[in-house]
Amino acid sequence: MDMAAATAPGSSLVMHAAVGTEGLPAKISIKNLEFFYGESRALKGLNLSLYANKTTAFIGPSGCGKSTLLRVLNRMYDLYPGQRATGDVLFDGENLLAPGQDINLLRARIGMVFQKPTPFPMTIYENIAFGIRLYEKISRADLDARVESSLRRAALWDEVKDKLNASGLSLSGGQQQRLCIARTVAVKPEVILFDEPCSALDPISTAKIEELIDEMKKDYTIVIVTHNMQQAARVSDFTAFMYLGDLIEFDATATLFTTPKDKRTQAYITGRFG
Amino acid sequence: MASFASNPLYTRRRRSDVISKVLAYSATTFGLGWLVLILGVLIYNGLGGLTLDVFTHDTPPPGSDGGLLNAIVGSLIMTILAVVIGTPIGVLAGTYMAEYGRHDKLSSIVRFINDILLSAPSIVVGLFVYQIVVAPMGHFSGYAGAVSLAVLVIPVVVRTTEDMLMLVPDTMREAAASIGLPRAHMIVRIAYRAARAGIVTGILLAIARVSGETAPLLFTALNNQFFSVNMNAPMPSLPVVIFQFALSPYEEWQRLAWTGALLITVTVLALSILARSLTAARK
Repeated sequence: MDMAAATAPGSSLVMHAAVGTEGLPAKISIKNLEFFYGESRALKGLNLSLYANKTTAFIGPSGCGKSTLLRVLNRMYDLYPGQRATGDVLFDGENLLAPGQDINLLRARIGMVFQKPTPFPMTIYENIAFGIRLYEKISRADLDARVESSLRRAALWDEVKDKLNASGLSLSGGQQQRLCIARTVAVKPEVILFDEPCSALDPISTAKIEELIDEMKKDYTIVIVTHNMQQAARVSDFTAFMYLGDLIEFDATATLFTTPKDKRTQAYITGRFG
Repeated sequence: MASFASNPLYTRRRRSDVISKVLAYSATTFGLGWLVLILGVLIYNGLGGLTLDVFTHDTPPPGSDGGLLNAIVGSLIMTILAVVIGTPIGVLAGTYMAEYGRHDKLSSIVRFINDILLSAPSIVVGLFVYQIVVAPMGHFSGYAGAVSLAVLVIPVVVRTTEDMLMLVPDTMREAAASIGLPRAHMIVRIAYRAARAGIVTGILLAIARVSGETAPLLFTALNNQFFSVNMNAPMPSLPVVIFQFALSPYEEWQRLAWTGALLITVTVLALSILARSLTAARK
């Protein structure tokens, strides 16, 4: 992807060629998913598959449930009382929503990058090493190597290799976000969830992160929530358009953005609401 | 500009601005004036007696020279023990309210009771500890003194711990959870770290608060004119010595009372400034 496409929304969209879903292995299958904030129903019976080593974007106007859906996938909603989900979310065939799931283990397998960069109040090195030590007993040398490879993975190594002992909070916003990506990658997840990862970043940082996401799908299944349609078009293979808690349309990104089947999808991607 | 200045509305606003400024400045001067006055009187009366003897000699019998060594040591021991007892309880209670029971009924009850405790007259705390510690033991003791100070430490620490943890953004908690960090680890490794300066500030303020307390010690540690580190026996403390010496007719005792008062004030001031600079460094 070139910089011009990334920084000049609305100009030439560099899109992935349309992909069919036949024969693709589903990493996560969502079946009849409903979600409740107390009494109010935020997701109304969703059915959707997220394919392995592909990037799927969730788009839709504010309040459509795209972030809610993302937060179901790693059960982040569990942190808050009064929020619950029903239905099935099969992760490699295993139901995430089943009682007795080891949620912490699950979250190590399904990583998440947030809207605002959230480095931990510790050094750059520790930000990465922290998560690794949580699940693995490894030697100092191996740990050093893992920290380096994670930072390289997030295209941050060259910028921070001389100040690994500086606070993570001393980095710029874009660097902090890449630090968070490195931290997520370090625990070796299979799926990475991005919750509007660029909405607090400048165009150049945004381009860097998008480039990363594109590159990362070789190794991970990626899900990204974005309210920036150009971004969805640029980074994703599949796009799900959601509206008022319903999944309106799911298709290969190139197809959805050029020949949407539903009128509401068309209205949204052409900027008539949202 | 000229037409502006001659505008009657503008002149009136200018005048009221000047008046409110003058009022604000004089109110500030009045308030700070007392503080300066207190410090001045303390330094005037106490500094003269501040010799090495104060730190090397025990409280003297009437009519002879001495120091405050036993009182200083007694105060230190009881304050340290009070902090050792009160801090873990306070931090844990504050952690419960901020991290586990943010919306539940128990938290709001605890918060309410804690606020009452925060403003409870310390003499009531002294009487309470007399009843539950001194009376069953049959005698005054350093332990009882430390317990009564701990009761005063706890609410301050509970309050600041909760407040400081509430300032840690939820996104930080979610980020910790997102790499599979169990909640207890998140609290200890992430939230405490983020709130550390604030929590330490709370503990320092609690020390400052109890280091001048007299009433609770009168009923619990009582006093001791000799040097003693036996916490099972009555123990001297600076505030109680000041109380006793200041009311005495002996000039040496009165002078020592002034010096002790100066010592306490300087300590409290230093702790407050330290606490301030810690919070400032965090920003």
